[in-house]
Order: sequence, then structure tokens, then C-alpha cells
Amino acid sequence: MNKIVAYLKSLLLWELIQGLRLTGKYLFSKKITVQYPDEKTPLSPRFRGLHALRRYPNGEERCIACKLCEAVCPALAITIEAGPRQDDGTRRTTRYEIDLFKCIFCGFCEESCPVDSIVETDIFEYHFEQRGEQIMDKQKLLAIGDKYEERIARNRMLDAKYR
Amino acid sequence: MITIEIDGRKIQADEGAMVIEAADQAGIYIPRFCYHKKLSIAANCRMCLVEVEKARKPLPACATPVTDGMKVFTKSPMALSAQKGVMEFLLINHPLDCPICDQGGECELQDIAMGYGRDVSRYSETKRAVPKEDIGPLIETEMTRCIHCTRCVRFGEEVAGLKELGATGRGEHMRIGTFVEKHLQNELSGNVIDLCPVGALTAKPYRYQARPWEMRAHPALSAHDCVGSNLEVHTLRHKVMRVVPRENESINETWIADRDRFSYEGLYHPERLTEPMIKENGEWHACDWETALEKATGVLRRLGAGLGGLISPNAPVEEQFLFARLLRALGSEHLDYRLGRGDTRTPAVDAGHTLGEGGLAALESREALFLVGADLHHDQPMIAHRVRKAWLGGADIAALGHRAYEYRFGLCERLVDRPSRIVSHLERIAKALVSMKAAAGEAPSADFLKTVDDPETAHRAVAELVSRPGAQILVGTQMLRSPAFGAAWSLLRFIAEHSGAALAVLPEGANAVGAAALGVAPKGGALGAQEMLAADAPVSGFLLHDLEPEHDAYDPARMTEALRRAEGVVALTAYRSPLLLETAQVLLPIAAPYERAGGLINVEGRLQRQPAAVRPLGEARPGWKVLRVIGSQLQLDGFDYLDVDEVHQDAQAALAFEVPTLGESVPWAVMEEGLERIGELTLYGVDAVVRRAPALQQLNPFRVALNPSTAGELGLGEGERVVLTQGDQGVEGYLEIDEAVPAGAVYCPVGVGPSARLGAAYGGIDINKINE
Repeated sequence: MNKIVAYLKSLLLWELIQGLRLTGKYLFSKKITVQYPDEKTPLSPRFRGLHALRRYPNGEERCIACKLCEAVCPALAITIEAGPRQDDGTRRTTRYEIDLFKCIFCGFCEESCPVDSIVETDIFEYHFEQRGEQIMDKQKLLAIGDKYEERIARNRMLDAKYR
Repeated sequence: MITIEIDGRKIQADEGAMVIEAADQAGIYIPRFCYHKKLSIAANCRMCLVEVEKARKPLPACATPVTDGMKVFTKSPMALSAQKGVMEFLLINHPLDCPICDQGGECELQDIAMGYGRDVSRYSETKRAVPKEDIGPLIETEMTRCIHCTRCVRFGEEVAGLKELGATGRGEHMRIGTFVEKHLQNELSGNVIDLCPVGALTAKPYRYQARPWEMRAHPALSAHDCVGSNLEVHTLRHKVMRVVPRENESINETWIADRDRFSYEGLYHPERLTEPMIKENGEWHACDWETALEKATGVLRRLGAGLGGLISPNAPVEEQFLFARLLRALGSEHLDYRLGRGDTRTPAVDAGHTLGEGGLAALESREALFLVGADLHHDQPMIAHRVRKAWLGGADIAALGHRAYEYRFGLCERLVDRPSRIVSHLERIAKALVSMKAAAGEAPSADFLKTVDDPETAHRAVAELVSRPGAQILVGTQMLRSPAFGAAWSLLRFIAEHSGAALAVLPEGANAVGAAALGVAPKGGALGAQEMLAADAPVSGFLLHDLEPEHDAYDPARMTEALRRAEGVVALTAYRSPLLLETAQVLLPIAAPYERAGGLINVEGRLQRQPAAVRPLGEARPGWKVLRVIGSQLQLDGFDYLDVDEVHQDAQAALAFEVPTLGESVPWAVMEEGLERIGELTLYGVDAVVRRAPALQQLNPFRVALNPSTAGELGLGEGERVVLTQGDQGVEGYLEIDEAVPAGAVYCPVGVGPSARLGAAYGGIDINKINE
């Protein structure tokens, strides 16, 4: 009996029809493909992308060189050198670097920061053309922070109640 | 021994011990802030409250003596709630901004708050704020963080012997400070940084530089004095970030001097030599090692037996050993480590007269001490601390010196006279001793004392003091550097021999004892450091090792002339000092302290070894490697070492701690006319590294001081601009009037900026007012 069924299935291309049925279902259903550069998927406010260093509204950099992000970084991607700032003697970084090739975007740096200075933005579209460009220094990170402050602040606000 | 029970564990404790000591011994931790094993008990932080059976209230473990059968509970509900309560009170006024505090990560308050405090603060009122005080270039204050444990106050009173920090006000208004804002003067002040359990007192040069968790600790040894203090060097990315004490009860206990703590800054001075340099047609060029070594060996080969070798007393035994071997293999016997001493005709005595049995710790139990030319607090702060402990224990201490040195202990006799007259005091002490012995029926032969003046009461008192059983004579660095040393030494030997007192010298540098034990000093007719510099000496060139000649030399003017006259000068150095740049042909960069492995022999004759903590800066190499390669390139025997251990083994085998036989005493004459210079080594002017540490140098001014009577005779007054002249060299300074300086002498130290242009440290000097 089984032999006969198997013979009929192979003769009538039963499995092919099954496959084509699935294909046909998707052929006529609503498309979910996103035309990436023109269209974009929605992002969670918790998305962990490119890093930024933030400032307070009065322009003062937030980072106080406590070195907690450096200590917590599992990939050892952060390098900090610190010292008293020339004009007022406050604790500041003299060097703050993140090596994006080492970074695994775990977000621990952001979580450990007591002053919400180092953050991961929802920017994921960036590229490097030269060797060495992947090392984000303090100037670059602050510039990103300055440029996207509005977006960063909005995302922090949306996520605040879950923290 | 009595038995007590802590947390159900039966523990043996000494009678009279406090509960916290017994618990520490048994490895049971009780939280504490004000208690420190080396300080007295204050019991004012209340953090160590524990429950004791049959006591109604919790008791402070640091101030409760153990009694037989006592039952202590450190983790009972009562103890825990008491600790939690205390913690909450302490945190009321303590800022909760650990991320910006320099103590973060090594803060006792932070740790104990984690272990014993509540998780959330209930305090929402305003906190107290206290303005910060400037207490000097070494210690940063943030008094808002202070929790009033008073460890720093007790340290000043009990250990340093100088009550500089104190508490004013009480309760909420209590403040720790100097009251009248001033800089801390004591040379152990840096220890309050380690003592402070919070971030109220932190190191200024290290401020915000690094976190404790990211640094590596390397064992090291003090490179600046003969104590051999044990240090821990903390490094980050191959850079020395700070230096802290490593506990060694028999040497430095838990303390170190500020000089050891802050000198590391000198390693990164812009004058540091980081690549080999050669001079061609009067211009310096950086070059590679091959070129520089070729030129250096060329110069050395040409000089051959006419080479004079001068090495720093700070260089480790391996370098001293290879240095001596190199010089002797080249056919020269003219080598010396005593460039800073006025008398190098007397044999080197450092190796034969160490502290010996019991070492530094035994100084504490001495009952009678006689200090000769020892500015103890400045030369060897850790030895001063031991002597102070002896004094606290009831010892009688007498001192003879070029100045009335400031001691933080009481003296029963003090003799002060200008350098050239020190010998006459020793003669009178010897004479008093002889007459004392004669009265007791012994009669030491002492014909040479016949022409000596009769001793005064003070001399008799000193003679009596040194004759006591267990008396110790300490001959300090300033006496060793004096040109009268030879004459003084034979008298000191005589006094020690006939009184039975132990005789020890406290040499300059970290390894003078090692250098002497390895024979890095002239033998049998060879020239010593001072004789080499003479115009008619059979020395036509120099090999300088780890020296900054213009500051390290006893007579910088003479040194400069000798180097200018020399046919060839090769310098192995860590710094580009101006005189070396002017006179040398080749500069080979060598490793500075903490960058080189090596052994140092301290004043006890104890050999200690240290590994290198960081890589030498730039192209610099450890001194022993450079000497080894020079030896090999000159095709000399005995330079085929592969690592420092092999050198160390051979060096160790060559050590000989012999008491030198004294030849004919070096004649000595009292300077009758003119003013005499007291050119002492200052606390922060001892070697090239210290002289380049910016924080320490703020405390190392160029001082010129005169006795009021001499100043009166010369018509000079306090604060006047004067010019000091020795030979044809003159330098300017501002005059201070100081009672501590004897009449007829000018205090003008060496190793401080302008002193490099002056002459003999203990020679004649002129002082004149500058008319504006």
C-alpha cells in the first residue's frame, strides 16, 4: 500500500506542488522587503550603535574621567588618560579613545556611566576609509554627541522608565 | 596568653591586646577607620562596634582590651545594626560623588559602605562643605570628604614628630587642617595619603592620573638613601604612575619618605636622555647604539690606563661590579664612587661599618646615641624615625654637627661648629674619654692628644654617653662628605674602640655600601675621586656612570675644569645635563631607577634585589647591559653575561665587607681666616632624579644663611641680595639669618640650581651685598 502511495506522489509531482503552493502564497501576499537606502526599518530607542560623548546643556562636557567604562569594557576597546583640567583643576579626560574594531557594542560603557556621558546612539551607518579611522577620539565622540544630542536625549527619555 | 571567643571561634590573644588586634591576628575582619596598628588608639569613628557578652551596649573593638573567656560577636544583629547606624552617620556629611574622587576604588569608606552600610541614603538635607586648604605641593586636600578619623593628626604627633595637622572645632564644625594655612614641613608627610581612609588627603602629583584597579604593582627599592626602603611601584602602560610603601617591619615599617614617594616624576623630565648621542665637530647628533658604542669604545681604548672612572653611589651592585671590572681590565685603577666627598684619600669605610646585627630595628632599643654630622631627618628620614623611637623609649642622644640640625627628638648635648673645627671637638671628646678611662684605672695610649685643648663639660658628657653599654655612634652623610673626614674618622675609631660604642656610617646614595664592598674605590696608591680631578693627575679622560657631575661633585668648579681639560669623556647617564653636553664626546642613555633590575645594599649590609618595573624610556638600556657590551666590544675578558642574574651571582661572590686599615691620617688644618662654606646635601638635592621631580623641587629652594652675629659683622641683613664667590665663580641669592648656622660660616647647600657654579662644598667662600 505504502509503495503505491509513494509511486503516485512521485508521478504526480506532489512535493513540487506543495513547494509551489508556498511560493504562490508569498507571491501574492504583502511585501516586507525594505528598499534600504530609501526606506528604513524602525529602531528601538535602545539600539546600540555608534558611540558619542554628551555635554550638559551649558556646553560643559559630562565625562568626569571616572574610568568606569574603561574598567567594565569586556573587549578592552576604551582607553582613557586623565588629569586635572588646566583652567579649573576639575577631573577630566586628556585622552578618550574607543577602538570600534574592538568594540562589541554590548552597551556596558553606557550602563556604567554615572553621568550619562558615553552613550551608544542609534546611528549604525558609518564607514572608515583609512586605517586608524576606527579609533574614535574625544573630539570625534564629542562632535557626534553635539550633532545628535536631540536624538540621543529623546531616546534616553523614552527608555528612562525602564531603567 | 588568654583565650577569648570571637564569633564562636576560640582564639589565643596577648594579655592587654585590644579585641581588634586579636581579631586581626585570627583573620576575622572588623570594619574600622580610625584604628591603625602603628598609631595610638583614638576610638572616635565607632565603626568597629561589636557585641560583647554581658555588655549592655556594643563596644568599640579597637579600645576594648581582651579579658579571659570574653565572648565577642562581630556579626550578631546588635553589632550589625550598630555598624549600619555608624555608617549612616558617617555618610551624612560625606559627598556621594565617588566617580570624581581620586580615592575611588581604594577608599576604605567606599568599601565599608558597600559591606556594612544601607543601600540607599535616607538623608535629604544639605551636606556640610569645608573649604580646601593648600598644604603644599605634595598633598592635595578635599576636606569636605574628611570623616575625622584623626589618623593624619596622630601620625604627625606620634610618628613624624611635628604637630602640623590638627582638629579645630567640634561636632559638625570639626575641621582638620593646619589652622594657619601653611605647607607641611615634615619629610614623611606623604604617608598621610596612605593613612587617610577617604579622599580628603591625596597625592597632588598623581591627582586624577590613574585608578588603582588599572595599575600593576611591582616591588622596588628606594633609590635615594641608604635605608633601602621597600616600595611598590604602580605602573600603567609602562609608565610609573606612583610609588607607595611596601611593608617591611625591619626596614621601613609601613612608611616611606616623601623623597621616595614623589621622586618618580623625575623619570619623565624633558632632560631625560632617550637615545644615544655623539658629538661631532662640536655638535650633538642622536645616533644608533652601534655608532655610539663604536665611538665610546674608541675613546676608552685610546685613554686606556689614563682613564678615571667615576660612578654614582646609587648604581646597583651589578653595575658597580661591571664598572670596576671594565676599568681594571682597561688597566686603570683610578675609580671611585665618592665624587661627592671632600676626602677621598682615606679608604672607603662604608662597607666595614654598617649597622650590623639587628640593623635598623635595633636602633630603636639603643639607650645612648651620638650623631656626628648627621642631618638625620633630611639625609635618611627613616633612620631619623628609628632614632626618634629610641628617644621616645628614653634614650639619650647627643649630636655634633656643622649646623644645629633640626631634630624632632630631644638632645642631651648639642655641639655645633663650622666644618673645619669639627675635628677639634672630636679631639676633646677623645681626650675626655681618655681621662675618664684613666680615672677608672685603664690608660689608653693617646700621645697625639697631648696638644689638644682641655675638654669642656659638653665634651665630657658626650664621652660619658658613648661609654655607656650599648651606645651607638652614627656618622652621618654630612660628616662623610666633609674634607675633614679622614682626621675625624681616626678619632671616631679611637673613641669607638676605647668606649666600646658601636660605630656605623650612614652614607649618601642607595648603594654606597655595595660600591665599597665591591672595591669601587682606589686601592694602593691609585687616585680617589678628588685626586683624579687635579691638573697634574695622570688621568687624561673620564668614564662617568649615572652621574650629573655639576651637582654630584664635591667641588663643581674643579670638576668642570677637569672635564674641560680631559681628552675624552664618555658618560653613561639618564639625563642630558649641561656639563655633560659641554664636555662629553658620547652620551649613552641608561635606565633610571625602577627601569633596571639590580641589587642594592643598605646601611645594614643587607642585600636586596628588585626587578625592573617598567621598560627603560626610549632607547635607554640598563647600565649593566651597556657596560657588558662595551667590555665585549673592547674584547676584554669576563663580559660574556647573558642576563642580570649571572652578573648578580658574580657580584655577590665578590662582596667583601672589610674594615679598612687606615694608613697615615690625612693632615687637617682649621681654617683660620675668612668665611667657611657649609655646602650640605639637601633633602631634595641628592641625585639627578630627585633634582628633576617638579613637586619636590618646589620644596628645594637655594638657601643662603648666616649666623646673626656674623651677619652683623659683615653688615648684612635678612632678605638682602648677596653674591657668593668661590674662586672666580659667583652666584646670587637672598640672605637668611639663621641661628642654626655657626659663626664664621655660610650655609649654602649643594645640589640646588645655582650651586653648580660654585666651588668646594666645605671650602672658603666670600659673601658680599649687591648694591642696587
